[in-house]
Amino acid sequence: MRKLLKGARILDPARSLSEILDIEIRDGTIARIARDLSPQDCEVIDLTGLVLCPGFVDMHTHLREPGQEDKETLETGLRAAARGGFVAVACMPNTAPPLDQRASVEYVIRRGLQIGLSRVFPVASVSKMQKGEELAELGDLAEGGAVAFSDDGKPVSRAELMRRALEYSRMLDRPIISHCEDLTLSAGGAMNEGYLCTKMGLRGIPKAAEEVMVARDIILAETTRARLHFAHISTRRSVELVRDGKARGVSITAEVTPSHLILTEEAVSGYDTNAKVNPPLRTADDVDALRQGLKDGTLDVIATDHAPHTREDKEKEFAYAPFGISGLESAVSLLLTELVGRGVLSLEELILKLSTNPARILRLHFGGIQEGSSADFTVLDLEKEATIDTGTFQSKGRNSPFHGWKTKGAPVLTCVQGNFVWGEVTRDSRPARSPVMV
Amino acid sequence: MKGMRKDLLGLEDMEADEMKHILDETVAFKEILFRTIKKVPTLRGRTIATLFYEPSTRTRLSFELAAKRMGADSAAISVATSSVVKGESLKDTARTLEAMGVDMIILRHGEAGAPHLVAQTVKASVINAGDGMHEHPTQGLLDLFTITEKKGRIQGLHVAIIGDITHSRVARSDIWGLKRLGAEVTLVGPPTLIPVDIEKTGVNVSYHLDPVIPKADVIYILRLQQERQQAGLFPSIREYIQRYGISRERLSRAKFDVLIMHPGPMNPGIEITEDVAISTASVVEEQVTNGVAVRMALLHYLLGGQPYEEAA
Repeated sequence: MRKLLKGARILDPARSLSEILDIEIRDGTIARIARDLSPQDCEVIDLTGLVLCPGFVDMHTHLREPGQEDKETLETGLRAAARGGFVAVACMPNTAPPLDQRASVEYVIRRGLQIGLSRVFPVASVSKMQKGEELAELGDLAEGGAVAFSDDGKPVSRAELMRRALEYSRMLDRPIISHCEDLTLSAGGAMNEGYLCTKMGLRGIPKAAEEVMVARDIILAETTRARLHFAHISTRRSVELVRDGKARGVSITAEVTPSHLILTEEAVSGYDTNAKVNPPLRTADDVDALRQGLKDGTLDVIATDHAPHTREDKEKEFAYAPFGISGLESAVSLLLTELVGRGVLSLEELILKLSTNPARILRLHFGGIQEGSSADFTVLDLEKEATIDTGTFQSKGRNSPFHGWKTKGAPVLTCVQGNFVWGEVTRDSRPARSPVMV
Repeated sequence: MKGMRKDLLGLEDMEADEMKHILDETVAFKEILFRTIKKVPTLRGRTIATLFYEPSTRTRLSFELAAKRMGADSAAISVATSSVVKGESLKDTARTLEAMGVDMIILRHGEAGAPHLVAQTVKASVINAGDGMHEHPTQGLLDLFTITEKKGRIQGLHVAIIGDITHSRVARSDIWGLKRLGAEVTLVGPPTLIPVDIEKTGVNVSYHLDPVIPKADVIYILRLQQERQQAGLFPSIREYIQRYGISRERLSRAKFDVLIMHPGPMNPGIEITEDVAISTASVVEEQVTNGVAVRMALLHYLLGGQPYEEAA
């Protein structure tokens, strides 16, 4: 099956490409990129006025399967990813049981292929059962397809185990993803420690709970010369620590979530458990520092930390409700509106943070817009205005503090290996598959 | 002013005028408590449920007596014997109470924000009878009433609140009430028991008790939860008493007409010595009496007119 995509602006900042060009897709691969290609028995899709960029990769999602299928399944999670403009997601191993054995990792990959939507790349546990005591079989897990290792959801509290994990991972060329939280400092807290927390009478999570672990892990990465990636950085000081570490040449990378880039702790006012997330939403000063860190390259990646929960889970006393925001389906629209739309990041910078950089960190060999590459891309409509409605989420998780937010700019077509796994392209000359369901 | 609010969740969102109105009304309700027949029919036919997820003697009894003296029917749900132990969620429990025709739910809960969740769930009025470390607004109002009764005013008084401010919902409600009504407030305790950024409420903070005592018109002593010591927040009960225990000797430098208050229950010999607790400066028992009167005024304020939804 051949497809000819006409009229889109092709934007691949890693290749300094920004031009209106046609793309021919043959057998899931980008066969030709050129001006004014003429259709020869192929399906023609008019993308005039739209932007086609390397496929977005969300390197931090929770898909909950196996074991917590009431919150999400691989199928609903991957459908949410496709709708959100992500051609691939890396899923975290804090399932039940955790992804700490090769068979579990292979199960996720196999199910992902059966489902046939966005690609899924499992992140495996650092420690057996994510208990933080003994190393999981990192080598076997890597051979089974794990792209990284993390005990995300929990920190690796023992410095010695983190040291060994980093050392051991060097021979596997897979990064360790660190969830930075000193549990003795976060100590059952539910939101950012500060005046609002004091007024609301909740237990606070001090910024230091994250920062002392960021500092520790930079030192461990430095001494082991291993690759370390920081999940969901949330504070100014953490950004500064990562910046210093990078300046010294330590091989660290870092991500930030849309929620931490857009919201402050004020979002939990009124005890809104949909804004309860770990690390907690911080202050305007932290948001400024995160945005600056994103701009200057200290923070490499924007990842959703998609964490779906059921309504029953979230409709609880604030302290009892679980942490997490369902983020896959609102992330790109929010980032286009709140960061690109407000001049915080250029569109090119945003694309790098959503596609090229996470693909590079996870060593994923697709996504570039060049002849011979797999046809994995995301098409954006920068003019599309919409209102975020959790009722339309494909994810089972409707837990979002962004319900009702107005957005301008949205992903409208997600293409994985030449297949349209989601499409909301509706203008007349285009194949009106709205949405494309597989 | 009646019918203007459905719920009382905290004093943070209550303006000075509304507090003064409730305190003024309390004077009349207190008079009922000293009659031979301590009952009026004002709330006949209205139903009040007390739903307590934490143990309580005085607050619960105070609400129940207030309801009875106003002629309302009251039902008490104790968590230990309710379907909560079968895993029923707070939201479902609240809906169940409402389905049985309850007009008001009085909730005590170990976690902040629980009354907000109930208030969003049901049409019935909700009174927060203490939620975690957040607020205890009826305690705040009864403390304001007691101070006003004894001192004739709140404006311009200097109130020292001593002890574990961090974990105290009473302190938070008192701070909002006292600041709104114009008092100067100084919080006294070790840095580990003073919550982050509390100065932003407009209070002073002192880690040392003795310099504060001569300036205070009211010394409000909080209960010390002894498990805070095990949590590592201060070294020992002995050192706490040395630095923050209120004794007769320490009070020798106080103003001659200082008021000593405590929300109860007390730990005699720890945050307050027995002789101070029963001294003429102590108004601890009046606080308890006033608690019933303030709660009567509140029940009347929230339920007395038309039901909230009809008036709105």
